[in-house]
Amino acid sequence: MPNVARHPSRVTRHALPYFPGCALKDQAGHFEASAMAAMEALGWELSELPRWNCCGTVYSLASDDLMRHLGPVRNLVRVQELGESRLITLCAMCYNTLRRSSQFVGADPERLERINAFMDEEPDYQGGVEVLHLLQFLRDEVGFEEIAAKVKRPLDGLRVAPYYGCMLLRPREVGIDAPDSPGVMEGLLSALGAEPVDFPQKAECCGAYLTVTDPEIARERVEGIVSAARRAGAEIIATSCPLCQFNLEHHQADDASPVTRHASPVTVVYFTQLLALALGVPGDKLGFERLRFDPRPHLAERELV
Amino acid sequence: MAKVEELSGENLYACYQCGKCAAGCLFADHMDLLPNQVLRLVQLSDESVLSSRAPWVCASCLACEVRCPKGVDIAKVMEALRLLVLRTGETGLRLWEIPSGVPQIALVGATRKHTP
Repeated sequence: MPNVARHPSRVTRHALPYFPGCALKDQAGHFEASAMAAMEALGWELSELPRWNCCGTVYSLASDDLMRHLGPVRNLVRVQELGESRLITLCAMCYNTLRRSSQFVGADPERLERINAFMDEEPDYQGGVEVLHLLQFLRDEVGFEEIAAKVKRPLDGLRVAPYYGCMLLRPREVGIDAPDSPGVMEGLLSALGAEPVDFPQKAECCGAYLTVTDPEIARERVEGIVSAARRAGAEIIATSCPLCQFNLEHHQADDASPVTRHASPVTVVYFTQLLALALGVPGDKLGFERLRFDPRPHLAERELV
Repeated sequence: MAKVEELSGENLYACYQCGKCAAGCLFADHMDLLPNQVLRLVQLSDESVLSSRAPWVCASCLACEVRCPKGVDIAKVMEALRLLVLRTGETGLRLWEIPSGVPQIALVGATRKHTP
């Protein structure tokens, strides 16, 4: 007769509802795959939210724009239907939009009432779902010490510049860390055996969606960020935002880019790719080949791939 | 002025023109008015602010928001100014000029910021 209690390590841990968003099903598929593999190695399961819809990407800053909170709130209803109270996000933009919307409707019952009345085909959202970013979960629930204990392939001093961008840190009410001096990615990278490289631009904006309307401005931003990371000695930049990741690659790859005129480009990975690699997931399962600038030469130098 | 106050939900008279927002703004180089100047024109109900390029260059990165010593969320003021223009039917977004190869996360972000 199976005795589950005698084999606690075999008990499947509770599955965590997880919101992917558009980028993780498209250009950032390797962000999702590496996060899932890493969480499995840590004994957790990310379970994709059923019937999720777009978060809206950018949070509406207008006081009268209730309509733009509908998308996020519908996702929170999906979490509620599962009987869950937490939602894990990977994309920094999804995190920000969903978390801010949950706070926006939580702060004023009248707003929530109007949104619920509009969504008459949905169950009412009751409030109380907490939106978390995976980095918060890793720091606060799993713990960096436990992660360090599970590292099978230490990153051997790989010099990684953590790039936060905006949406994990601002505004302060939703920031996962101090807006001007964050340290959560540094903590994680240290636990993995990497050497976090500090640089002053780590919380600066990459230009975000201006890459569509004013690409020159985004290129200038990327130039400043990448050059600073390189000067600080980074071999690799790690991020958690698919739009930052796109901009940082795209505006380095441009032939006209001043960033790469005098030096080779800096590779930009998702933090989960390094996490999964350190936890022993084979490098060929982590989508490094999908990155524009292949990090594998840096990893091979340390016999990590 | 009243409309910007209503749309942004911010107390615009709290601004005492210290310029900290402009000093830390990563996009100020590309603006025709500095963020604190935008705020000043709004305080004065000067409608010329509606034709400024500054709100369209603002990427809502919120660097100013976390630093304002008076707690004014300037990004919300920029959003209100954009909406006042967009709600008249004007938009600067020209879909046929969008560069190819940009991912949907950028497209959705840009179109949301350029539609009412």
